[in-house]
Amino acid sequence: MSGKPRLTYLNGRGRMEPIRWLLAAAGVEFEEVYLETKEQYDKLIKDGVLLFQQVPLVEIDGMKMVQTRAILSYIAGKYNLYGKDLKERALIDMYVEGIADLMQMILMFPFSPPDAKEKNLESIKERATNRYFPVFEKVLKQHGQDFLVGNKFSWADVQLMEAILAVEEKVPAVLSGFPQLQVFKTKMSNMPTIKKFLQPGSPRKPPPDAHYVETVLKVFKK
Amino acid sequence: MSGKAKLYYFDGRGKMEPIRWLLAAAGVEFEEEFLETREQYEKLLQGGSLLFQQVPMVEIDGMRMVQTRAILSYIAAKYNLYGKDLKERALIDMYAGGTEDLMGFILMFPFLSAEDKEKQRAFIVQKATSRYFPVYEKVLKDHGQDFLVGNNFSWADVHLLEAILMVEEKKSDVLSGFPQLQAFKARISSIPTIKKFLEPGSQRKPVPDDKYVETVRRVLRMYYDIKAN
Repeated sequence: MSGKPRLTYLNGRGRMEPIRWLLAAAGVEFEEVYLETKEQYDKLIKDGVLLFQQVPLVEIDGMKMVQTRAILSYIAGKYNLYGKDLKERALIDMYVEGIADLMQMILMFPFSPPDAKEKNLESIKERATNRYFPVFEKVLKQHGQDFLVGNKFSWADVQLMEAILAVEEKVPAVLSGFPQLQVFKTKMSNMPTIKKFLQPGSPRKPPPDAHYVETVLKVFKK
Repeated sequence: MSGKAKLYYFDGRGKMEPIRWLLAAAGVEFEEEFLETREQYEKLLQGGSLLFQQVPMVEIDGMRMVQTRAILSYIAAKYNLYGKDLKERALIDMYAGGTEDLMGFILMFPFLSAEDKEKQRAFIVQKATSRYFPVYEKVLKDHGQDFLVGNNFSWADVHLLEAILMVEEKKSDVLSGFPQLQAFKARISSIPTIKKFLEPGSQRKPVPDDKYVETVRRVLRMYYDIKAN
């Protein structure tokens, strides 16, 4: 295994994208292996490389890590993006878990049947606007700091930034009622590692298209 | 807020049960407030104590914690059930992630139609015996130790025992191909705090029944159909 972490997933966002964001935010270079065929995936399973027969897989520090949250927690812990003590970690965990619930709706969206898409889009907009964004708007307003937790850049900030951009792709004016989040978004965009990740040519993946959906269904076909 | 942790949820397993298990395993006493009416839930919402308008919620150490995973991680770390370093924590997180996925299939079970229940039961058993149990069987066989990670009792062990017992409730002989897990189950069940939790009269909740389903639907106004996997 080379020094760099190696990510195995499809060539698209899915469950790997938060991991790409976090590694990039931490300034960590990584390699990627893209699953394109069912045969590749079956071989990984046969070789015993996927603990629960699932991707994402991240080879890092001699471990073959699976389970998105486990991977993210490890990266956050390793690169000091997890707060300074247990209580800050608790806050970060609460925030990222809430955001993950919102991101799950976006993750599933491309796979919803055509007649459900409008309803699902409405749900994403409703949840973002009424349940999730107000929480972070209030957190930032109350402490007046640049970052969500402990006046220091953390995993929670990266996750929120990813979520804001992902929702904006679906609901362009979604931040219109959230002045704190607008400022937050600008600040995050200007952080050097994040700025670099947002530029063309970075490992950031584009929004899922029909080809991506087709590949997912093909690779994971039973 | 009293000294003890206080749990807000329905009087049933759901997403709160792994938290009850972990607190009990750690020997931590806790209080519970059971949601029975819509009014209680709305009062909690209006009071602003549910960060994302959801339960579980646990009042602990001056915090109102939500998000099951966040709560479990906090308890595990506080009570030294999270390994000795980052790499052990990574293993524990991976193993707990697997058992969480498995228990997730069971979580929705009571809300399914009778026909879907049979399908889901088969699905649960198939996933348990082909995807999850073999992993833990191998981990235990390979290192020959009593506990999953670092030769020390951890959250991963508590979570796995909970998952084993839940799957056994769906198929009583499901461990028949897994001798390591059988021994593990006996060992972990006899740890004093766990033994106590497994006795009648503890705060462990029973298998969810129709009354539980009705309560959840009523309090959350969650009347849509839930589909099997």
